[in-house]
Amino acid sequence: MSLYSDKVMDHFEHPRNVGVIEDADGVGEVGNPLCGDIMKMYLKIEDDRIADVKFKTFGCGSAIATSSMATELIKGKTLDEALDLTNKAVVEALDGLPARKIHCSVLAEDAIKAALVDYYTRSGREMPESLVGFEPHED
Amino acid sequence: MKVYADNAATTYLSKTARDRLIQCLDEFNGNPNSLHSDGQRTQEVLDEAREIVAKCINAAKPNEVYFTGGGSESDNQALLSAARGLAPKGKKHLITLNIEHHAILHTMKKLEKEGFEVTYIAPQANGIVDVKDIENAIREDTALVSVMFANNEMGAIQPIPEIGALCKSKGVLFHTDAVQAAAHLPIDVQAMNIDMLSMSGHKFHGPKGVGIFYARNGIRLVNVIEGGAQERGKRAGTVNVPGISATAYALREGTENMEANMTKVRTLRDRLIEGLKDIPYSQLNGDPVKRLPGNVNWSFEGVEGESLLLHLDMYGIECSSGSACTSESLDPSHVLLGMGVPVEAAHGSLRFSLDIENTEEQIDYIIEKVHEVVAFYRNLSPYWEELLTGKREHCIPEYWNA
Repeated sequence: MSLYSDKVMDHFEHPRNVGVIEDADGVGEVGNPLCGDIMKMYLKIEDDRIADVKFKTFGCGSAIATSSMATELIKGKTLDEALDLTNKAVVEALDGLPARKIHCSVLAEDAIKAALVDYYTRSGREMPESLVGFEPHED
Repeated sequence: MKVYADNAATTYLSKTARDRLIQCLDEFNGNPNSLHSDGQRTQEVLDEAREIVAKCINAAKPNEVYFTGGGSESDNQALLSAARGLAPKGKKHLITLNIEHHAILHTMKKLEKEGFEVTYIAPQANGIVDVKDIENAIREDTALVSVMFANNEMGAIQPIPEIGALCKSKGVLFHTDAVQAAAHLPIDVQAMNIDMLSMSGHKFHGPKGVGIFYARNGIRLVNVIEGGAQERGKRAGTVNVPGISATAYALREGTENMEANMTKVRTLRDRLIEGLKDIPYSQLNGDPVKRLPGNVNWSFEGVEGESLLLHLDMYGIECSSGSACTSESLDPSHVLLGMGVPVEAAHGSLRFSLDIENTEEQIDYIIEKVHEVVAFYRNLSPYWEELLTGKREHCIPEYWNA
């Protein structure tokens, strides 16, 4: 069996939603170059929905694939639905990841949460309880 | 285009080795330990292989050559023999480099747990150890110095004759892991004062699963594998005669053609180096001249090696990377870190290991695709964006060797 599923390879070869949103309502960046992966997520919020999402990722194949899949899973969804996205859901949507790559999916979940925290902070809206005191995982 | 550029991982079986392997499987299937005719005919094949190997490395006698299950076993055999053999004399100190293969480093760790003391010496920035550092590390109770002939990841060639002379003058055993060097660089165990040496058949177009261990007569060997009296009682297990004979034939072929092969492969290597050096914020790792003929190890800032490797694989180019994501651990290559390459640059490294089968056309294809892939992932990388905007600092200069 190859290292990655066909879905991972598809999202790695053809990453969705790559880029930057210049007038984003929320931006989140997690990871660091010493660990070998950084994810940056840009959110455009309209009517409590993720109207648009873009990402940039520095990292391995699964880091790129998990970023891409995570953006697909929240695009068009409500803020509450985006908040509920778990790394497990990203892994499942990709038909699994090798055990030592699970941290990539955690990074993707964290990047979205960090972008949402930025959105709530900037907009002055009340921070949902699940985001209060949010800290990205140690990579 | 398909380009195999991972010859440091393994090489294709040569026609010579393949033909010999099949011939031996068909014609010499006896057990060399049997006294009957089939056994003795097979014993002759084994004797011939030992003589060929001894000649290729200029061993004084064929009986100084032992066959093992691979390069790792040979490394284990060397270290365990020196340590356990000399411990009763109070020699419980070993010296090695921090950039050695894990077959050395993990065995050293095991010996540390048994009470031995190990000094790990870091090479200079070019990946080559300063012999003075070894000299300064040698003590009264030093049993062994183990320094690899040439590094598997970044190709730097160590000053083996100088280390051999030093060890001889200090009365310390000298072992070298020559897995990457055998059949690719000249080896003369007598002139270089090498006491023990490890090789692996599949790194020079032989079959997998065959290692060679050279130990100068007079060195007491401690068995790693116990059992029957094969290999002069030093390595038990029914001997893999077809694999061994094919390995010896491959070593002989590589040694006989070494000069021509080195010239050809070096030319390809230098063409690749020339072709990559215009990529900004990237660098060659390891000494540009004193390096394996086929090795090019390059770091690209702002991108991660595994994604580069996978994308190149989609283009048919097969290579390897020192990034953490391609290792079993969470850290990038211990070799690159051990010689002082910044962590960020180690994450973004690729290794191309070339061979005589590669062509100039393939090298040009690699150059073209590496440019494309590095640009693609830099465009995708927030880290690269932050380097460009000055939010983060570069860890390597704009142009290598500028």
